[in-house]
Amino acid sequence: MLKELRPALVLTAALTIITGLAYPLAVTGVAQAVFPRQANGSLIERNGVVVGSALIGQAVTGPGYFQPRPSATTAADPADATKTVAAPYNASNSMGSNLGPTAKALVERVQADVERLKAENPGVPVPVELVTASASGLDPDLSPAAADFQIPRVAKARGMSEEALRRLVAATTAPRALGFLGEPTVNVLALNLALDQLALDKTAAGR
Amino acid sequence: MTVNGWIQILVFIALVVALARPLGGFMTRVFTGGRTPLSPLLDPVERALYRLAGVEADREQHWVSYAVSALLFSAVSLLLLYAMQRLQAVLPLNPQGMANVPADLAFNTAVSFTTNTNWQNYGGESTMGHLVQMTGLTVQNFLSAAVGIALAVALVRGFARSSARSIGNFWVDLTRCTLHVLVPLCLVYALFLVWQGVPQTLAGAVDATTLEGATQTIALGPVASQEAIKMLGTNGGGFFNANSAHPFENPNALTNLVQMLSIFALGAGLTNLFGRMVGDERQGWAILAAMGVLFVAGVSVAYWAEAQANPAFAALGVDGLAGNMEGKETRFGIAASALFATVTTAASCGAVNAMHDSFMPLGGMIPMVNMMLGEIIIGGVGAGLYGMLLFAIIALFIAGLMVGRTPEYLGKKLEGKEVKMTMLAVLCLPVMMLGWTAVAVVLDTGTASMANAGPHGFSEALYAYVSAAANNGSAFAGLSGNTLWYNLTLGVGMLVGRFFVIVPMLAIAGSLAAKTRAPASAGSFPTHDGLFVGLLVGVILIVGGLTFFPALALGPIVEHLAMTAGTLF
Repeated sequence: MLKELRPALVLTAALTIITGLAYPLAVTGVAQAVFPRQANGSLIERNGVVVGSALIGQAVTGPGYFQPRPSATTAADPADATKTVAAPYNASNSMGSNLGPTAKALVERVQADVERLKAENPGVPVPVELVTASASGLDPDLSPAAADFQIPRVAKARGMSEEALRRLVAATTAPRALGFLGEPTVNVLALNLALDQLALDKTAAGR
Repeated sequence: MTVNGWIQILVFIALVVALARPLGGFMTRVFTGGRTPLSPLLDPVERALYRLAGVEADREQHWVSYAVSALLFSAVSLLLLYAMQRLQAVLPLNPQGMANVPADLAFNTAVSFTTNTNWQNYGGESTMGHLVQMTGLTVQNFLSAAVGIALAVALVRGFARSSARSIGNFWVDLTRCTLHVLVPLCLVYALFLVWQGVPQTLAGAVDATTLEGATQTIALGPVASQEAIKMLGTNGGGFFNANSAHPFENPNALTNLVQMLSIFALGAGLTNLFGRMVGDERQGWAILAAMGVLFVAGVSVAYWAEAQANPAFAALGVDGLAGNMEGKETRFGIAASALFATVTTAASCGAVNAMHDSFMPLGGMIPMVNMMLGEIIIGGVGAGLYGMLLFAIIALFIAGLMVGRTPEYLGKKLEGKEVKMTMLAVLCLPVMMLGWTAVAVVLDTGTASMANAGPHGFSEALYAYVSAAANNGSAFAGLSGNTLWYNLTLGVGMLVGRFFVIVPMLAIAGSLAAKTRAPASAGSFPTHDGLFVGLLVGVILIVGGLTFFPALALGPIVEHLAMTAGTLF
């Protein structure tokens, strides 16, 4: 037994150094040198301030922005650390709702969202992505249909033409990867940043 | 369902088949002591390791000694991982200042990662510091995978050899698998992931100021290096709580395809290694074909189920054309999510790119069925192949009974000992899966953890024990598993599911190796054609169906009927 213990101990230690230190540090070194932007989280800066990551959705509630999908992420309750409270798009605690298809809580949540959205854009069926929580709670994307649905609200809040917004959404839409993988997406943060830029350009042109 | 969705599924299957042969050939060279492109670099490292560890590389082991080595190695890994979690607050490389992990959770996690399960009762970004993630969890991702592959190769040697006393050297198999196969592939793979957007940094988190002026703390870390081995080693333990649904783990549909391929790559390659080592590649293709039949059936049902709109939503005026999007990411959509769920549970990976808990009842049943069958559809690296070969022994035993001949496989007579050992290995899984579920659903401490009421709550507990015993690690994640009860019972399920299969399996390997290989005669049952594939698939479905249908009827099937009838819980 003791003779068997030596390889067990030595190989555990040696392979830990190889796979647990050398391997991740080598990847980190090369990644930081060759792909520094991606390796550090694909962060987006505006006027020197980090406004978010291109890959991570963020909570936006104002009517003048395109809003992301519902998010089921939570955070510790500031009043009582043993409990959690809803904290949409908490990028340090990713999670989905984990509600099953026959859960009353799910259908009630969807119903409330549908009613709000129908009031905003009556007569149009609500795209399912806008009332369902994503798996990570950090989904950075909308489907083109879910972005289009919000155009009337954003146009009204910003005093812009729906046509201009439609063009913006189309320009921000990314096709399927390699033409057939996954689904077409609209990155919400990119769309909203473009929206802000457009408003800024307009003000500058008006001056 | 869309044409585009089916194209994704077909392209995926074609790529897996295309990868099987080159990877099989490569691994055959590695495990028969041949040279690989990296030998000039790695051979000195290997020799140094053996000298340091006191391993005589050219001395092979009897099956008992091989089993003792594997068990001892797993035990050392388990204790080390437990200790690291319990002490992480005082260890370095912990920029977020994570606290020591409580004893029951640390036990569960240590068992989970050393058994290649990667069931996670914790959220990675909120519990584990970088040191534990890198030198604890990532290391076990490599080593538990290497152990699995080594054991499968040992069983294959049992079939391939004639009148032999030994089935290989565990320490050599372990080392060569890690150095020649896993580390090089992961280096390339991890850098591909970083290129596509997966972070790889030793920094902890970044604060961003959102468009509306709020602060968003974005967790970062050495994600890519763990992601690569998490998939390639069919481990499945995510850096983040949301696993491969998290945009930092799986940023786009291309990485998603590569992740799915990497779950199946080595497992598919091992079927080819099996064929090559027993001297007839068709034997490997037959095994892969049986896996393929079961896989296509599973993915078809899952895709169909998820493409349906939730009837309760349709009544509210939701456009259900996109299917069941609760718990799914926009960039993947339905087809790539249903495919991923089928792949990750067919193999023993357990990574998820969508929340299985929110799948439609029948969509969520497919992952459960895949695991209940013992994860023999490609399966965990190594574990899938030896699991499937055990079923092949049962199938041939039954065929032998039908025609009244002593069954044989690849010229080896299958006698009482082999069949008994096979039954032992195959039976321990349902005992763990169904036994613990039965206890959990009658105890308050078991039901209190369920997030959903009604049959879906039952499914959550059933899924947990099925996943643990099958060493999968995916979850109906609504279940709050981080309780004393679930930490301990799931831990036991994982241990039994791994080691009570391994030991009988190695006994079979030893016993087969000692037999002579009889040449094929007109009376032997050919094991490379459609009849054998059909028999094998049939036996798997009958054994699985008889064992698990009652439990499935109480969970997903009754939930499906309730959903159709408009009942909510």
